[in-house]
Amino acid sequence: MNEVTVVGLLVDVVAFGLMLYLAALGELIAEKAGVLNLGVEGMMAVGGVAAFWSGTEFGSPVIGLIIAGIAGGLLSLIHALVAVVLGGDQVVSGLALTIFGLGLAAFAGKDYVSLPAVPQFGALPLGPLRELRIIGPVVFNQSWLAWFAVVLGLGTWFVLERTSIGLGLRAVGESAATADTAGRSVVRTRVIAVGVGGILAGFAGAYLTLNLAKGWSEGVTAGRGWIAVALVIFGAWRPGRTAVGALLFGGLLALEPRLQTFGVNISPILVSMLPYVLTIGVLIIFSIQSRRRPSVAPAAIGRAYRREER
Amino acid sequence: MTRTLRTLTALIATLGLLAAACGGSDDAGGSDTKAAFVMVAPVGDAGWNFMHNEGRLAAEAATGVETAFVEAIPEGGAEFDTAVQQFIDDGYTVIFSTSFGYMDATEKFANENPDVVFEHISGFKMNDTNFGNTFGRMYQPRYIAGMAAGAATETNKIGYVAAFPIPEVIRGINAFTLGAQRVNPDVEVEVAWTATWFDPTVEGNTAQALLDAGADVLTMHQDSTATGQAATDAGATFIGYHSDMSSQVDAYLTAPVWDWGDRYADVINAAANGEYTPESWWGGMADGVVDIEIPTSSPVASEMQAVKDQIIAGEFDVFEGEILTQSGDVMVADGEKMDDGSMLGMSDFVAGVIGSTDG
Repeated sequence: MNEVTVVGLLVDVVAFGLMLYLAALGELIAEKAGVLNLGVEGMMAVGGVAAFWSGTEFGSPVIGLIIAGIAGGLLSLIHALVAVVLGGDQVVSGLALTIFGLGLAAFAGKDYVSLPAVPQFGALPLGPLRELRIIGPVVFNQSWLAWFAVVLGLGTWFVLERTSIGLGLRAVGESAATADTAGRSVVRTRVIAVGVGGILAGFAGAYLTLNLAKGWSEGVTAGRGWIAVALVIFGAWRPGRTAVGALLFGGLLALEPRLQTFGVNISPILVSMLPYVLTIGVLIIFSIQSRRRPSVAPAAIGRAYRREER
Repeated sequence: MTRTLRTLTALIATLGLLAAACGGSDDAGGSDTKAAFVMVAPVGDAGWNFMHNEGRLAAEAATGVETAFVEAIPEGGAEFDTAVQQFIDDGYTVIFSTSFGYMDATEKFANENPDVVFEHISGFKMNDTNFGNTFGRMYQPRYIAGMAAGAATETNKIGYVAAFPIPEVIRGINAFTLGAQRVNPDVEVEVAWTATWFDPTVEGNTAQALLDAGADVLTMHQDSTATGQAATDAGATFIGYHSDMSSQVDAYLTAPVWDWGDRYADVINAAANGEYTPESWWGGMADGVVDIEIPTSSPVASEMQAVKDQIIAGEFDVFEGEILTQSGDVMVADGEKMDDGSMLGMSDFVAGVIGSTDG
């Protein structure tokens, strides 16, 4: 282990962490409005293939990102229709979305498998900052999409905690009937929240195929959408804590193959389980705490809202 | 979840097959031998399944026998049974099952359908009449690939991104290392396990870890080209696997590759003539089932060619003593050659490999 290998690890920790953070933020927004969306994995896959296709076709990562967001958003609207507008079961609809999304992405991307690298999200022009020792490559040389993820995280916190829009969204997620009585459209709020979640999952897919996997192939998401879902729970539905969790989980993803090159002989299979073990641990802690004080989860999560059913 | 997805895929594939069979029945004529292939993943992956499909097409061209295939059929599932039964019902007389995990299901079908020839790839089971197995001595071109890598490295460190610590993979790593040491006694081969056959993100990440650890030449035993991408981005050299990846990877130097066409054609012809005899066929470079292109830019190109000729002529064995293990024990004694059984069960690294076989 030396400076090069440690810096290499930290670069990956931040990149993987912020890719997870994009997807987790989207899920957090949807869940704050009371909609559990287990379709993250599928939306990421569809976003990933859309980004690869459009990024290559138009030679621009920006266009790739936009198309990926649109693709993820459109897919999430299926969930919004079934689980919000029609009041179907959120778990079933979300799982179906993952299965459908993975299949759709595999089908749409079958001609792009193993094609050469596509345009990537580059670093910001930060000049000499990028040359700094350790902090340069680890922080300032990250892609602009990584910075964008941080900005989105701050924006999400601000909107949720400091604006009336956020207040309304949280109200819908805590007690839909109360929010409805107060004049909030529950359905409209939830559809928008799910849609934004889909867009962000699409962004995460673009990050994955353009910058991390550097190519499209079936199965490229490899369960990372599920890690994002777990991350929201781990982060207690708060953007800040979720960011910390993202770096931790991203760290585990990045550490998995590198431990061996550090001479630490732990099975990578064991390391890949750790995010879920941590999430289960946190769930246990939350469950014990919730006996004494209110649960940290949005109270109306997973429950469809129908006006006449009180 | 993936299972459901694959069930759907298999269903669609089976329907497609049915449609294809119905549509194709008009122009079918002449020989009544038809060959079908069952693949575990999509054939567009530049890896294992891609090369089996290339072999299928080559065999079709060589024999004139009609062939068909289904892809993305999971191991150990009902989809395999459905697909194979459909092929049998459609009159296919030779069936190749091209993934290790199909072995037991293939055996079952072979015993129930004595008139159909079953050839399983990469397994070890067979019967006396209509069920044999085929594999290739990939360690031979791996050794020669190791020579190219040993000559190309300046840091004397080669990174090896590897899937799982099973004998097939360990054998390849050992052969590669012995080849590298032949031209460069100071070279070390560092192995990092990914615990996946196919995950481009993890493969690329692992490759980067090896580059950071000082490797300037990378190779892999995986199904994607992600290791090659990482090598290209870092200005390192890449030795591929499975197929010629020169069009996908800039850093590509050469690769040990599969070439199943001749073997498939032989099996199909034998079946057509009623001369098929099951065997455990483990072919080498002499049979053409594995190969490597000698990169003319390599400083050891002529030596590589000489070794290739020796292996093909049967004058040189990769696992010829004395070979020591990582811990200094004798793996193959001086003057001896390792037998096939020991090679198929290889579980120790040779000296010069950094890493553990524990995975």
